[in-house]
Amino acid sequence: MMNWIWLGLVVIGVAAAAFTGSMDAVTKAAFDAAKTAVELCIGLIGIMALWLGMMRVAEEAGLVQLLAKAVRPIMRKLFPDVPPDHPAMGSMLANIAANLLGLGNSATALGLKAMQDLQSLNKGSDAASNAMVIFMAINATAITLVPATVIGLRVAAGSAHPTSIIGTTLISCGTAAVVAVTSAKLLQRTKFYRGEKSHE
Amino acid sequence: MSDSFSQFAQEFSNWAIPVIFFLILGFGAIKRVRVYEVFVDGAKEGFNVAVKIIPYLVAILVAIGIFRASGAMDGLIAALSPVLQPLGVPPEVLPMALVRPLSGSGSLGVMSEGLKTYGPDSLIGNMLSTMMGSTETTFYVLAVYFGSVAVRRTRHALPAALLGDLAGLTMAVFICNLVFG
Repeated sequence: MMNWIWLGLVVIGVAAAAFTGSMDAVTKAAFDAAKTAVELCIGLIGIMALWLGMMRVAEEAGLVQLLAKAVRPIMRKLFPDVPPDHPAMGSMLANIAANLLGLGNSATALGLKAMQDLQSLNKGSDAASNAMVIFMAINATAITLVPATVIGLRVAAGSAHPTSIIGTTLISCGTAAVVAVTSAKLLQRTKFYRGEKSHE
Repeated sequence: MSDSFSQFAQEFSNWAIPVIFFLILGFGAIKRVRVYEVFVDGAKEGFNVAVKIIPYLVAILVAIGIFRASGAMDGLIAALSPVLQPLGVPPEVLPMALVRPLSGSGSLGVMSEGLKTYGPDSLIGNMLSTMMGSTETTFYVLAVYFGSVAVRRTRHALPAALLGDLAGLTMAVFICNLVFG
């Protein structure tokens, strides 16, 4: 699917630019985006190192395992393929908690740590495991208890009730998360996606 | 009241990370972990993880950049608008619905512009804010997460995440019409 979407974005984009006469803007956008991508990754190095270091300490101290134990029943339901005592459970939990608290970049760093742990169970395959897809589905909806960035922008725009959208946001992203996880669980059983996994 | 709450939220964010550092290192020290050595050992992987993501992120951000700059996105919005308006989707929020999964900075731009034009406490303003928070930048998250472990075949991750986006955005429009309409 990613292949088709990627191809579609570029091919349709260039074709549309021929009609609208915006070839120069497209060239500039492509080069700017490539530069932005690298800058984003470079910006991630420091915070990634920081959280990987902290997580290693938390793991050695047994703190992650302690937290993972507390919500074990839910995690086992969500990720039946991951052994309950595997470090992946702890790091996924840390990522979800950071998302809930609205710790943006830190949540990303912890999420990447979780992906590494999940990849160790996936035997380094270049195809996603079912657990990875479920974890992705949760992260692509990113449930946050307090959407701080949005509230900040509302304050800046002179809102009289900057926090009035907290309830509606929670309902919307809760819906998104439930639908995304349910779709992932259903799709992983279809012949098409099961087949893609076994084609190693 | 809402003012003091947003202040509390701000204060909470300020405290969260330092307190987490304190707890992790404090707990580690109690458990007699050699915290400095272990931290450095864990942290040294940070560079590799971040650099591994670059090709994946370049691929997706360039494609999205081309699509938006070419005017194809505006064409799509113009084509969808008359179809969705009878369903309670105001044409003003359609750009947000389409940009949200593709670009984080793009959707922040759409939102701040919309708040300025329509007012943050209007139906449109509330709807834009809710849509912004209802989902993540799916394509970015996908590229970064799978890129970091060199997974190229993402299987059902994209369809599942996009169905989630669709559900979240639809719910945002519906619930805002109900609450603020």
